[in-house]
Amino acid sequence: MHYSFFSLLQNALTGHRGWTPTWRDAEPKGAYDVIIIGAGGHGLATAYYLAKEHGIRNVAVLEKGWLGSGNIGRNTTIIRSNYLLPGNIVFYEWSMKLWERLEQDFNYNAMVSQRGVLNLYHSDGQRDVYARRGNAMRLHGVDADLLDRDQVRAMLPFLNFDDARFPIHGGLLQKRGGTARHDAVAWGYARGASDRGVDIVQNCEVTGFVIENGRITGVETTRGKILAKKVGLSVAGNSSRVAALAGMRLPIESHVIQAFVSEGVKPLIPNVITFGAGHFYISQSDKGGLVFGGDLDGYKSYAQRGNLPTVRDVCEGGVALMPMIGRVRILRNWGGIMDMSADGSPIIDKTPVEGLYLNAGWNYGGFKAVPAAGWCFAHLNARDEPHSAAAAFRLDRFARGAVLDEKGQGPQPNLH
Amino acid sequence: MSKPMRLSNGGLLDRRREITFTFDGKPYAGHPGDTLASALMANGVNLVGRSFKYHRPRGIFTAGPEEPNALVTLRNGSRREPNTKATTVELFDRLVATSQNCWPSPRLDVLSVNQLFAPLFVGGFYYKTFMWPASFWEKVYEPAIRRAAGLGMVSRLPDPDHYEHATAYCDVLVVGSGPAGLSAALAAARTGARVIICEEDFRLGGRLLSEPHEIDSMPAIDWVARVEAELTSLPEVRIFRRTSVFGVYDGGTYGALERVSDHLPQPGLHQPRQRLWQIVARRTINAMGAIERPIVFGGNDKPGVILASALRTYVNRFATAPGRKIAFFVTSDDGWLTAQDVLKAGLPIEIVVDARAHVADALTRPLSRAGVRVLLDAVVSDAHGRPGLKHIEVRKDDKILQFEVDVLAVSNGYNPQVGLTTHLGGKPVWSEECGAFVPGELPPGMQSIGAAAGDFALAACLRAGMQAGRTLASDLGFASAPAAVPRADDEPCAVSPVWYVEHRGKAFVDQQNDVTAKDVAIANREGFRAVEHLKRYTTLGMATEQGKTSSVTGQALMAHLTGRTMHQAGTTRFRPPHVPVAIGAFAGPHVGKHFKATRYCAGHDWALENGATMIEAGQWLRPRWFTKPGETDWFESVTREVKTVRAAVGICDVSSLGKIEIHGRDAGAFLDRVYVNMFSTLPVGKARYGLMLREDGIVLDDGTTARLGPEQYVMSTTTGNAGKVMQHLEFCHQVLWPELDVAMASVTEQWTQYAVAGPKSRKVLETLLGDRFDVSNEAFPFLACAEFFWGDVPVRLYRISFSGELAYEIAVPANYGDSLIRALMRAGAEFGAVPYGSEALGVLRIEKGHVSVPELNGQTTAADLGLGKMLSKKKDFIGRVLAERPALTDPDRPSLVGFKPVDPGQRLRSGAHFLAIEAAATAENDEGYMTSVTYSPHAGCWVGLGLLKHGAARIGEYVRAYDPVREGDVEVEVVSPIFVDPEGKWLHE
Amino acid sequence: MRIPCPFCGPRDVSEFVTLGEATGPRPDPAAPDAAEKFFAYAYLRSNPAGPSEEHWYHALGCRSWLKVVRDTRTHEIESAALAREGAR
Repeated sequence: MHYSFFSLLQNALTGHRGWTPTWRDAEPKGAYDVIIIGAGGHGLATAYYLAKEHGIRNVAVLEKGWLGSGNIGRNTTIIRSNYLLPGNIVFYEWSMKLWERLEQDFNYNAMVSQRGVLNLYHSDGQRDVYARRGNAMRLHGVDADLLDRDQVRAMLPFLNFDDARFPIHGGLLQKRGGTARHDAVAWGYARGASDRGVDIVQNCEVTGFVIENGRITGVETTRGKILAKKVGLSVAGNSSRVAALAGMRLPIESHVIQAFVSEGVKPLIPNVITFGAGHFYISQSDKGGLVFGGDLDGYKSYAQRGNLPTVRDVCEGGVALMPMIGRVRILRNWGGIMDMSADGSPIIDKTPVEGLYLNAGWNYGGFKAVPAAGWCFAHLNARDEPHSAAAAFRLDRFARGAVLDEKGQGPQPNLH
Repeated sequence: MSKPMRLSNGGLLDRRREITFTFDGKPYAGHPGDTLASALMANGVNLVGRSFKYHRPRGIFTAGPEEPNALVTLRNGSRREPNTKATTVELFDRLVATSQNCWPSPRLDVLSVNQLFAPLFVGGFYYKTFMWPASFWEKVYEPAIRRAAGLGMVSRLPDPDHYEHATAYCDVLVVGSGPAGLSAALAAARTGARVIICEEDFRLGGRLLSEPHEIDSMPAIDWVARVEAELTSLPEVRIFRRTSVFGVYDGGTYGALERVSDHLPQPGLHQPRQRLWQIVARRTINAMGAIERPIVFGGNDKPGVILASALRTYVNRFATAPGRKIAFFVTSDDGWLTAQDVLKAGLPIEIVVDARAHVADALTRPLSRAGVRVLLDAVVSDAHGRPGLKHIEVRKDDKILQFEVDVLAVSNGYNPQVGLTTHLGGKPVWSEECGAFVPGELPPGMQSIGAAAGDFALAACLRAGMQAGRTLASDLGFASAPAAVPRADDEPCAVSPVWYVEHRGKAFVDQQNDVTAKDVAIANREGFRAVEHLKRYTTLGMATEQGKTSSVTGQALMAHLTGRTMHQAGTTRFRPPHVPVAIGAFAGPHVGKHFKATRYCAGHDWALENGATMIEAGQWLRPRWFTKPGETDWFESVTREVKTVRAAVGICDVSSLGKIEIHGRDAGAFLDRVYVNMFSTLPVGKARYGLMLREDGIVLDDGTTARLGPEQYVMSTTTGNAGKVMQHLEFCHQVLWPELDVAMASVTEQWTQYAVAGPKSRKVLETLLGDRFDVSNEAFPFLACAEFFWGDVPVRLYRISFSGELAYEIAVPANYGDSLIRALMRAGAEFGAVPYGSEALGVLRIEKGHVSVPELNGQTTAADLGLGKMLSKKKDFIGRVLAERPALTDPDRPSLVGFKPVDPGQRLRSGAHFLAIEAAATAENDEGYMTSVTYSPHAGCWVGLGLLKHGAARIGEYVRAYDPVREGDVEVEVVSPIFVDPEGKWLHE
Repeated sequence: MRIPCPFCGPRDVSEFVTLGEATGPRPDPAAPDAAEKFFAYAYLRSNPAGPSEEHWYHALGCRSWLKVVRDTRTHEIESAALAREGAR
């Protein structure tokens, strides 16, 4: 069914009885050309592009819980391509381009809102680091503006300019950055994939791989064995657990990051703002809630929840940066499990098992990557070679030393 | 002041005192003991605001934090608090509240035209439209949606109040002070255990404040007073009133919010607004009670429709009611008890409708005897009236009957408060017996009792409380004889919930988010059937009460539509905080200037006296430059400081650099393993520049380490890395090589250290030290170090140089730091010594080509920085093996060189990228970037350091320093990174 | 989360920093396959969903490095010992 104002009007006149399921809740078949494990943003986007761009429609997406129950449903919805290192910029900019035409492409309003992402800086040194990044972006044809203190103040007069421990000196702005409605991204891709014949199978957990002579031939699941010529792993947060079923150890630790939403209030925060002297970033959703977060809790976790010290740390940063939010109340606070990779950058690559592909290591940046990760992972699955935009995301880069370490933290996953 | 809806007697109010307040600008009065909601109700105000999406009139639906409708903006100015539940606000004098989401008033709300478009605004409508034309989303549609969304408005002024953080420890934490909580606290406390009892209300008692029970043959509130008195008398008991336990965390840690002064016009002097408690409890009793459930029928959101238990509270505790023509729609015995109370209070009841065919005579008789019409096996299908309730339609045997009423109390059984039990991942389970979700797996150490566990009857609550309190305390080793369980009746509490009634009007599941039964049906049709999908698609349960009155009902509707049981449908996971908590309370006192600790050098005051402008260096404050009288800008001051150092002598506070003492027989061997170069061979009395790698072969930090004795070294680190290096060294020792005899301690704050740099630095030190220490070149050559005493004061002297000049660093214990700088300046006066700050320090080190923070960025190898030769081939060290990986030894990696503008008048900027002269500005042509720049008085132009592809081989070439974010594009010459004294002669003079 | 420091007793998690999974012992740098071993040591993790051995540092306490066995599904701590005692 094509969605539009007219379809809405038509349904309104008939008591909304004509709507059909957004995606088919499929039963698994015995065999597929491709199985994607994980019906999160990445998995669904991969299936969508496999069907749409590569004509591969005999595809199943297997999900252990409900569709979109992973990080696509619990992130802070930021999209941006303001990276420093070439391997990253190319990829995230491709993602940004896909975001910019996403709704028209899959006919679902994911509310992509390019309201701007501003990273504040608080010292000359930090300014120069941001300048290096902004210039790298510009060399890649990505928009970047370096603002001084007065420009930031004109834009966001409510920030703490007068009583700050670390005064704001300016910011790096990417105007094309912004937010999108996270759940809708999953649903839009699910709908687009399902309409093209992809089977989305919920409540179907993969419990093992069927590997014969070094080649994948299928998966074992809680709903039986399913054969496949190719299998793609798209289970960020749980990559290590699933990869271990195929005998692999990854350069990844699973960590919890907490996110927060406040009560709905009238428009207050016009764009996405990142504090440069503490762990805090914030935006406001279309519903009016302030959506914010900060640093990892710091310890490995699969529990989807965090602890009080990090909550306090994030809120300290928030009030230090914008004292007006002190009386705004937090409504909900949850945790998501991140694949924290050893260099803070992702992996989209083949694995030592033939026909088994890996899409992992998204750290806390997986949401903005959804379109391009789907695009590039579909390309890898379909063509058996990396897409040019993801050429740097190889699994062997750690052994070669060709790491993509944006923050310069080294192989300690919880510091990225 | 007249309060038309205040009952003439009863209630837990102090009727002798009157409190005045305003709502939407109109003055009203209430009494101490009122909430804002009860006071509004007493004044006949039942229309409190408008709903979120359809702008429907809304009133007071509950009497607690589960309130979905009566949201107001409390206070004004910088203390404005939007979305405040009137049911939770303790009335205070001169309280100011305003309605939300309506203009000009709740009665005449312009946006109520939205109701006309309601057929379009169904759940999820926005996902299907607003896509054409693409450019309209951000320009037209989204701004309109954003303006319409949100509830109240936040003040844009800084929050003037402050918040405290505190930690408490106890053996038994009791959450809730109803009958179960109080008896549990009492039983635990009598064993001598440390007990904390938290009650979110301002009075202890819970439902006993609202229900006229007898306990131990006395009125329940007297029993509460007696228990409260006994608890207060016990030394190990703490009673936290106005305190909500909002979160369960690992290790028996609970988050609780104490509203210290929210019941006052404003906090007293030095009083926090709120205090955030971290309570560490060995055992916890969850006695949070239960929340009554609504029923979904047409117009169930009209002002005047109210939960029966809430009506009971308003009548019994607050002596008020929202109207005078009252109807009941119940499916539970409890609803009948409320009706009896209402009758006792002298309020007229028109009708009691029960969906059940059979109800005990004992419940119905008192009402029918009083002439109240009783209809069993009947339902209320629709409520009508604008803005408030005027009449209801009752369906009995397919006949529709109409009744004129202005209050409809709804009772559909209770949902135990399971929120806290799910914070660590426990899943509530459906109990057919209770007709409700009850706690599943509990957090370690927690027990749920009473209504919170689905045990609703009073006597059962008291029994459970006494038992749990004693058992948990005895688990911890506190024993006592069993005490008598307080005597009370087990009142009837049967229920056969009815979630949904066939209706004609709009029927709400989530009143605050305007989610209707129809929206749930659409979600079903579109496949959003999983509880989380239902929630996310319709926004059901995501409002400020987090689904306390709506989630279970919505899940029940969906279960019905999909033919699943409640057990199969399950429930969504509740997340902390259990009640909304202000960001400021979580933030606590560490905001504004106190966001992070400020670390001052001992010479701070002296620096300020001498015209210093300070700058943050991590947590430290350091002098950035010293302004002399007559100087008008920083550039002038810094240039003077640099020139003075190069020509005479300057003095700089370098105390913030990390200093680590490393002692032990194996100290040298240990340093050999953590540094790339050798330290065990360093003679006593000598210092050496050292470079440290991370295990991945990337540079971690650098600094000078001096050997003061055979088994004593002092390491220096960069300011920013001091903590990180200390942690790293401890790791290397304790985890990797515990067999080494070495111990270390950070002494950064214990020593004040000044650099004395410039050709006349020796003269200054000679003057300062006199014959106490020989600083001649022969006795104390370059890289010498020594420790000696000046009187009782130890002095450490190093002949090291960051500036490239003949230079020393002198250190004394920090409490002599102020004296040291004053003495140094006195000694230096005759040689023209000036203090210099971090800017001049930066200029000097760039001129000398020393790397610093911008080059040690966690992405560079030793070879990148031109320090590859330092890597010892004779030994292993941290990072050696992985530094040899191919991509880290790739000759194409950018390496450190110097830069000068071809046109000496042009300025350089760090962060510029290098391009070949004719190359297009594209990523493929990117050849590196500028790391550090300065105006060099020595070179007479700007100079820079940077990392350039094949840098060392390109000396003399011209490249572009391309800086589009600052509109810079400067042609630069590649030069040696050392701009002064390339042979290093000055150091040795 | 509270960590039972063998030296200081149970303390709040905010006093500690963690390095993550304990991947040691540090390989022999002289071994012929040192490059491969060091790569695995520095980069690869088992990352189990269940009990996991980790290094924690009592930064705001006694500065001891601890070897902590902690369940990553529940955050429950099974044991905490001084790393220096169980090292190698």
